[in-house]
Formats: sequence, structure tokens, C-alpha cells
Amino acid sequence: MKTFKLGGVHPPENKLSQSATIEVLPLPETVTIPLSQHLGVPANPVVKKGDSVKAGQLIAKGEAFISANIHSSVSGTVQKIDDVTDTSGYRKKAIVIKVEGDEWEEGIDLSKDLIKDITLSPKEIVSRVNEKGIVGMGGATFPSHVKLMVPQGKTAEFLIINGVECEPYLTSDHRLMLEKAEEMLVGIQIQMRALNVEKAIIGIENNKPDAIEHLRKLLTEYPGISVEPLKVKYPQGGEKQLIKALVNREVPSGRLPIEVGCVVHNVGTSFAVYEAVQKNKPLVDRVVTVTGKGLKEPSNFLVRIGTPIANLVEAAGGMPENTGKVVNGGPMMGKSLSDINVPVTKGTSGILLFLQAETSRKPVHNCIRCGRCASICPMGLEPYLLAVLSSHNRFEDCEEEKIMDCIECGSCLYICPSGRPLLDQIRIGKNETGKLIRSRHK
Amino acid sequence: MNLLTVSGSPHVYTEESVSKIMYGVLFSLIPAALVSFYFFGLAAIMVTLTAIVSCMFFEFIIQKYLIKGPVTVFDGSAIITGALLAFIVPASLPLWMVVIGSLVSIGMAKMTFGGLGKNIFNPALVGRVFLMISFPVEMNLYPKPTSFSTQLTDIITGPTPLAVVKEGVAQGEKVSDLLPEVPEYVNLLMGNMGGSVGEISAFAILLGGIYMLIKKIITWEIPASYLGSVVILAGILWMIDPEVYVDPLFHLVTGGLMLGAIYMATDMVTSPMSRWGMIVYGIGCGFLTIVIRIFGAYPEGVAFAILIMNAFVPLINRGFKPKRFGEEVKNG
Repeated sequence: MKTFKLGGVHPPENKLSQSATIEVLPLPETVTIPLSQHLGVPANPVVKKGDSVKAGQLIAKGEAFISANIHSSVSGTVQKIDDVTDTSGYRKKAIVIKVEGDEWEEGIDLSKDLIKDITLSPKEIVSRVNEKGIVGMGGATFPSHVKLMVPQGKTAEFLIINGVECEPYLTSDHRLMLEKAEEMLVGIQIQMRALNVEKAIIGIENNKPDAIEHLRKLLTEYPGISVEPLKVKYPQGGEKQLIKALVNREVPSGRLPIEVGCVVHNVGTSFAVYEAVQKNKPLVDRVVTVTGKGLKEPSNFLVRIGTPIANLVEAAGGMPENTGKVVNGGPMMGKSLSDINVPVTKGTSGILLFLQAETSRKPVHNCIRCGRCASICPMGLEPYLLAVLSSHNRFEDCEEEKIMDCIECGSCLYICPSGRPLLDQIRIGKNETGKLIRSRHK
Repeated sequence: MNLLTVSGSPHVYTEESVSKIMYGVLFSLIPAALVSFYFFGLAAIMVTLTAIVSCMFFEFIIQKYLIKGPVTVFDGSAIITGALLAFIVPASLPLWMVVIGSLVSIGMAKMTFGGLGKNIFNPALVGRVFLMISFPVEMNLYPKPTSFSTQLTDIITGPTPLAVVKEGVAQGEKVSDLLPEVPEYVNLLMGNMGGSVGEISAFAILLGGIYMLIKKIITWEIPASYLGSVVILAGILWMIDPEVYVDPLFHLVTGGLMLGAIYMATDMVTSPMSRWGMIVYGIGCGFLTIVIRIFGAYPEGVAFAILIMNAFVPLINRGFKPKRFGEEVKNG
């Protein structure tokens, strides 16, 4: 079975919510929609306080090249446009809307009918994806239309679809592949047309045999698309690792996947592309896994963007009393939250609750130079060395040792028997080394 | 509502810990210990216990009263140093010398550099070399194996098989005439020969090595490249003149080679980090071992070979980096 070669770890999978079907979460009283839910420049609001809006209506425009439009996820009245704490823990500009009824913008097809015929041209597809505010749903939230435009002089050979879901606990992509498979496959065909590629490969780790089987049965009607089961290994969902696993090509250091003829999209993104292109529906809701060992009902919810995370936790049985940490995303790369009254955004793939007993890190000991961090690093770096160089402020040496190649997957900190804060120090080092590199171009 | 912890990712951590690794190594030493207790009896048990207890004692004293820092005597590393030091000295060594060896191992080779993880040289080997230089007579008397001896004094001693062959060849005798003077290969493999406490049974040490490989405490690179280079070098010499140079199998099953290749050279702290670094280091150890065994003044070269290569580890780490992702572009 295929997988990537260099490094990797296998933390306990703990897919507690894998058989929980996707439930539609009831509408909240208010939604808080941040203007920066994507990588790049924040969107500019086009509504003002007191305006009434419909679900699906454009409320903020992404005007820069790397930015994304934002639409209202509900119908109601704009209460305020103000700085609000978001999942990053920082106060950022957001539009707060009081929910009144559930009225949708005209022209949006809310029926469940599957529409297979793709009528739009590649150019129209890209502008539709742009217009509907689609971003990478795996967590990185890179604006999708940018990835559907092949830069001049390059050609795309493969569309790689990321159904790996290598993060432990998370199951939203898994459920989507089971419950919205055909829509997703049409979405993939749309992306293939936009990129002008003949082949699409869906990579799925073999801990989801039902999804692999289900999709394979449907494939006969979708020529050019194949499903490839992958050996379970983290971080296989990393773009570069997935390309290596599926087509055995290595994206050169500091370059993008298109360099080796690949474009990578997440299964959730493919579904969102389907809805945007075939149903004219903007990205206003997404599937979110709510999970944790102390939680009564680990669940997968279809949630409107801007819903407070507290509502999701409540719907999954309420927050256990001895909760010690709440993570937005998976356990390996997710960010911990200080407050659960922050909104779900386009990049929220899961909410993970840890009990107090699971919360603390191991006590820190001396590095025993066991070399495990170097042997599991999927980028072939030496985390122990980068951490030391960073803590000694030797950022030029950090650059030499390729610190900027670090994908922050967290495998080094996970594996360290001495409990050393390797990734924490590497993050500081990356930040400072980045500043150093940028200062040279001034 | 209680406050939530905020920390950087990842939020899950392996169950593995320093002491789990250390106790895993200790567990794997049990077969070798049992063989030595069988052949050298109570004396071997006394030497082993003395070394372990004094290593822990010195680490405790230094951490508590000299450094005034946290005391980590139960993380298992001092116990390993003690056990390994005991394994590479003769069972007949007076116990007070074992105590001095422990002080050198822990005090000089480990704590002076900053404790676990910071030392450049393998502590047990430093202790042994110190004893060899300070007490050459006692360190060169090796008890003859018996079974379940309870004798602690007046133990019958004799030269090790390596010394028999080396001295014989030096005096112009032929290897084929010398080999009948040492135990048969099966006995050498099982440990029925004169030697240090825990290094006699290549078989028992291999068992421990296999356990550590399965448990991923060590990786194959260092033992394989070390033993492999010994076999190749000794093999070349043996093919040149089998009457002057003893065969490679003899090198494998005698002296401290197996213990050195599996336990000493693989010491995480003092060995290289990258795969190719480990292989180069293993080959260096093998080369130096054969050079010292055949051309040096001592019959055994494992301790010096590993210590010399320890000194090269920082350079090896610099020269042999892991293969970076996306560095050499191989497409297709």
C-alpha cells in the first residue's frame, strides 16, 4: 500500500465520531462572521449596521488577489461591525448578525437534487468559485480560485484530492465522503475541467475502508477519477507528503505543488465547489466534528459559519466538567481556544475537547540525543538542532538548516521522549528567520 | 467555569519517556546478566550490584549537594551506566576499584559535562579505560568460568581467548596451533570463556539486541555497520594469511565486541543522529577495533575504538545530514 517515505508518526487514531451521521445544527440567535477567515488579505464589508441581509448574500468583498468573498450564513439584521475575538485568540473585525427566520438569497438552489451536467467553461468556473468565497476546507483556508488557475508556463497533470484526514479524532471529511460522495465527485470533475487535467486521484487512508469502497462503486460513472488507499501515517494530509505518496514526486523546497504538475484540493473543498457551481450556493456552512473522550455524543454537524462553538459543544452533550483544553482543529495541528464563545469559520474542521488529565505536556528532561525527532521529521529536518539554534538566536544557521521547510506538523514534539518543546522553539525560529530573509529584500 | 489551557500544537504526546527507554535497555540486559552470574557466580553479582549502587549514589550526591539541582537517579540512566561498567570489568576486580570506576563514570564522564544527554564520551567506557590505566594488573586478570561459584577471593584467573591468540602470534606461533588452546566456538558463543562480567556471551547479548530492535530502542545501522566492517576487515586479513590472522568469526564471539556494538556504540547520547552518520560511525568503530586488536598494544580494542569515534560524533553530525525533503528532485 502506498504512503510517503520520509518520516511520519502514528498517533492513536481515536476516531470516536466516525459512525455519527452528519446532523444539521439548529440556527443560533446571532452569528459572528469574521472578515478574515482565509489566508491572505481580509475582506471589506459591503453592508452596514442596521442592514437586513439574507442567507447567501455577499456581506464582505475580497478585493486583493489572495482574499475571499464572505457571505451571510443567515437571514437577519446586521447588529454591528466590530472587533471580536476569533478562534486565533486575537480581536479581529467581524460582522455580527441577529438571526431572523431563514430566508435565502434568490437564485440559490437548496434542493437535494444531484446535478451532474457541468455547463460552465473553465474561466466561468474559476470566477464562480471566487465569487462564492470558496477556500481550502482542510484547515489552511487558502482561497480556492487561486489554486484553480494554473500559472503561465506551467501545466497541471494531476488533480490530487485530499481525503486522507490524517489528524486523529477528526471525521468530518470521512462523513462527507460517505454521505455526499456523488456531489463531491461532480465537484472534482468541475475542478478537473477548470484545471484542464485528465486525471484526479482521491487519496484516502485505509482506516476508512467504507469510504474507499463507497467511492469505488461510484467511480464507473466518473471517468478519470481514481481512489487510492493509503497506509495510515501522519502527516499524510500534508500537501507535499500526499503528492509524494500518490504520484511519487517531490515538490522542491520552497516551491508549490504545480512545480511537479499537481494541484491539491480537500474533499470538503470539492463539495463546496459543487455547491457553488451547480447550485449557485456560496460557502456559508460546513461539516464540523465535535469530539473528545469526555464528550457524551461525539458528533458531526452541518453548521452555519459564524455559529458560536459553544452551541456545537452543547449539541454534542455539553462540556464535561473536567475539560482542560478545547482545540479548534485536530490534536496535531489544531489551535487551543481560551474561550468557546468564538465563531465557527470556513476553516473549522473540528472541535476537540481534552479532559484535564490529557491536557498537560510531559515533564521536560534533557535531550538524550536519541534522534527520533530527526528520523520521523517528514521534511527530513533535524528538529533538535533547529530548536537549539533558535533558542540561541542563531537564525542564519536556522536558515541554512532549512527551518523554513518545516510544515509545523508537530510530529517532533509528539515523539520526543524527553518532552522537549521542539516545535514551540522552531516556530519562534521560523518567525525570526522569516523576518531576516524579508529584511534582505528591502 | 474553570479556565482552559492554551498551548501550542500538538496536543497529544507519545507515551514514550526517557525512563521507559532506559528501563527497556536494562530489561534487555537480563540474559547477559544471567549468563555471567552462571559462569562467574557470586563475584559477578557483587561487582554488578556494587557498580549500580555506587553509580546511583555518586549521581545523587553530585546532583543534590554539588549542583543543587533536581535529582534524577531513578530515570534509569545511572543504573545502566553502573550495569554496563560492571559488564566490562573482570568479575575478580576488587570492589573498591569498582567504586572508583563508578565515580569516574558518573562524576567525570557524565556530570561534569552537564548530566544525561550532554556527555561526549560513553560514561561506562571512560570508567573502564580509567581502571585499565590505573590498575593494569587487576584489570588484566580474568576469572575462568565455572558454574554457580560462590567464591569471592582467590579466584582462578587466566588470559582471555583474544589474549591467547594475540600473544601466541606475537611469539611466532601459528593460529592453527593456538586455536585448540581456547574454547570451541560454540562455547565462545554461549559465553563459556574468560572475560569481563557481562561481555562473554555473544548469544545472550544478541538476544538483548533483538529485543531492543523490536522495541525500537536502537536501530540497525550502528550494530550492523560495526559488526559488518569487523567481519570484512578481519576476513580480508584472514584470507591474506590464516596462520597469522585469526578468522572473522573468532573476532565476533570473543572479547567485548558484541556488547560494544549493541550496547556501547548505540548509546544514543554519544552516537550520531542521521542514518548515514550512524553507518560511518559504525564503520569507524569496526576499523579501529580491528586495528587495535591486531596491530595495537592491547588484545582488545572495542573500548578505545568507541571512545575515539565518540569524539568524532559532532563532526559526523555536521557532515552527514538526513536527506531533506525536496532537496534532490527525483520525479517520475
